[in-house]
Amino acid sequence: MCDSTIPVAQAVRVTSHARLTIRTVAAVSLAAGLLAGASGCATDSSTGLPAPSSTSASATTAASQVTVSGTWFKAAKKADMSAGFAVIRNDGTQPVVIVSAASAVSDMMQLHETVADDSGTMTMRKKEGGFEIPAGGELTLEPGGNHVMFMGLNQDVAAGSDVPLTLTFSDGSSVDLSLVAKDYTGANEQYDDSAGEASGDASAGAEMDMGGDQ
Amino acid sequence: MAAEDPADASRFSLSRRQLLLGGAAAGLGAAAGIGVGDIVQGRAGSGVSQMIPGRPTPTAATGALESGVGLVGARTVDFHGLHQAGVAVVPQAHSVFLAWDLRPEIDRDGLVRMMGILTDDARRLTQGTAALADSEPEMAGLPARMTVTFGFGAELVRRGAGESAVPSWLGPLPAFGIDRLDEAWCGGDLLVEVAADDPTTVAHGVRMMAKDLRSFAVQRWRQDGFRQAAGARPEGASMRNLFGQVDGTVNLVPGTADFDSLAYAAEGWLAGGSSFVLRRIRMDLDKWDKLDRSGREQSVGRTLSNGAPLTGSAEQDEPDFTATTAVGFPVIPEFSHMRRARSEDRSQRILRRGYNYEQLTDGAVESGLLFGSYQADVTAQFVPLQRRLDELDLLNEWTTPVGSAVFAIPPGCGDDGFVGETLLG
Ligand code: HEM
Ligand SMILES: [Cu+2]
Repeated sequence: MCDSTIPVAQAVRVTSHARLTIRTVAAVSLAAGLLAGASGCATDSSTGLPAPSSTSASATTAASQVTVSGTWFKAAKKADMSAGFAVIRNDGTQPVVIVSAASAVSDMMQLHETVADDSGTMTMRKKEGGFEIPAGGELTLEPGGNHVMFMGLNQDVAAGSDVPLTLTFSDGSSVDLSLVAKDYTGANEQYDDSAGEASGDASAGAEMDMGGDQ
Repeated sequence: MAAEDPADASRFSLSRRQLLLGGAAAGLGAAAGIGVGDIVQGRAGSGVSQMIPGRPTPTAATGALESGVGLVGARTVDFHGLHQAGVAVVPQAHSVFLAWDLRPEIDRDGLVRMMGILTDDARRLTQGTAALADSEPEMAGLPARMTVTFGFGAELVRRGAGESAVPSWLGPLPAFGIDRLDEAWCGGDLLVEVAADDPTTVAHGVRMMAKDLRSFAVQRWRQDGFRQAAGARPEGASMRNLFGQVDGTVNLVPGTADFDSLAYAAEGWLAGGSSFVLRRIRMDLDKWDKLDRSGREQSVGRTLSNGAPLTGSAEQDEPDFTATTAVGFPVIPEFSHMRRARSEDRSQRILRRGYNYEQLTDGAVESGLLFGSYQADVTAQFVPLQRRLDELDLLNEWTTPVGSAVFAIPPGCGDDGFVGETLLG
């Protein structure tokens, strides 16, 4: 994760207030603009982020037309799986598609959906094609539904910490977010990676154990 | 930071529009064509912003809101400001006081994380929006004038900023002769008071706070208090305590210079903050039953019917301490609670916010008063009063302090700050 984007992420964090949506739009636009300018970051292969296109600061990028609020993360220990949640609204006139996620706290990230398997058990799995948000539509990432999966934390994330998250859209633009970690004992869906092409780090059938047990 | 003064009278006479939309949001909401239904009901389930530009305005929802404008549940108290809103707000009908002991590993960094989360929860819940990670988001929909007030014990202040930041008065009160304290109701590193006009709202707020405190602290005690139901009497009217007395007549009045200088601290990290003393005072109703009406009235110096001084006819009449009976005794006895609680030193005044309590203990109901008091300085204001009452107060015959705790009340915060930032920031 590139340091130069962190202050922007902080700016976005402010917007998790319900009353500040208008400001959120400005902050996210700003984030897109600064990201485009941070060339060192954009080319950092370790993040796995596609370089934003040179026009990402213009009003036509996917990143510049979304509003993000309610960002949070399930606090967890190193090596645990965890997930990030948010509400992402597309204020633009074109659909946008989130195709990947990256964070400094997890080396492998996936976009997940939650579905009932044959036995009726709620199971989460990789969302093929990413998350599409129609023009004027809203995507809710929430426990028991769509979410951003952190396949294995590379550090403890205690309640109250800020977790950086970069969401990248199909046009290469991206938004940097800050998720506040909270103790949460829900979101224990089974993980089924049989359908996905995830590398073998995360064992199939793993349960996302987020218990706030002390 | 919005230097809005919660004591400002305008906060308590909100126009319908302000009530629904709140301050600056009103302008934005109007510009964006937002239905008031969306604002007040919120979209709590998703924790999403309540202000969604372009969202169509369903007339039906707006209409429903129009008719629900006066509902107790819809009312909100601004969270942000120079002071924490719970100090000066007209007391809500229900209040739960929670004291917590910090886990040993929680250091300054942990305190910053803790107060960040708690502040975020409070700022959402008080405005009728679900907290992040709220598992019962629908329960956030009726804010009912909720306030969440945070207080710090000496240990928290020490861990946050070192011994030098601990105010001299922050710690156990001096021992008083009338005290029969039970440790179970004393002390605490962190106070969280959740108050609202709806007990279900309070329960949800308490649950959210408790969940978010799990990894930081262990609950030490919890005390639940109640006053007259919201709407039962004109707002701000004195309550009746469980002795049947009109309680709260003579008090500091928000918005006055006295209030600002006597209820709020002015210096250091506590500037704009306060101190809070919570005394759990058992009231012996069985013994009180044996006392006749005139004895009851003499014990305080006020009538039971309307709380007027024994020398007057209306609650707010000034007592005449020089008036004597036909046989030469003072009409308001020397030993009466009112007389003893009124110091000639006008700086020895406090903001009282009492709540009644009843609790089943060992098969018997214990009744009493959660005597809460705010003051700029505990040693200068509260202690001399309590000392006078300890020396002489007829009411002591029927009352016994069984719990005692003192907290520093940090100032309020702005919309991107957190409560405690002046200590921890
Ligand atoms: C269960 C315990 C108590 C009961 C039932 C009680 C009841 C009352 C009542 C009925 C009044 C008269 C109406 C009013 O002005 O509110 C009063 C006044 C007052 N009480 Fe108490 N009280 C108790 C404890 C205390 C304590 C512990 C303190 C302070 C350490 C205190 C301080 C005062 C003050 C300052 C006044 C106003 C005196 C004035 O007129 O200037 N009370 N109380
Ligand atoms: Cu998942």
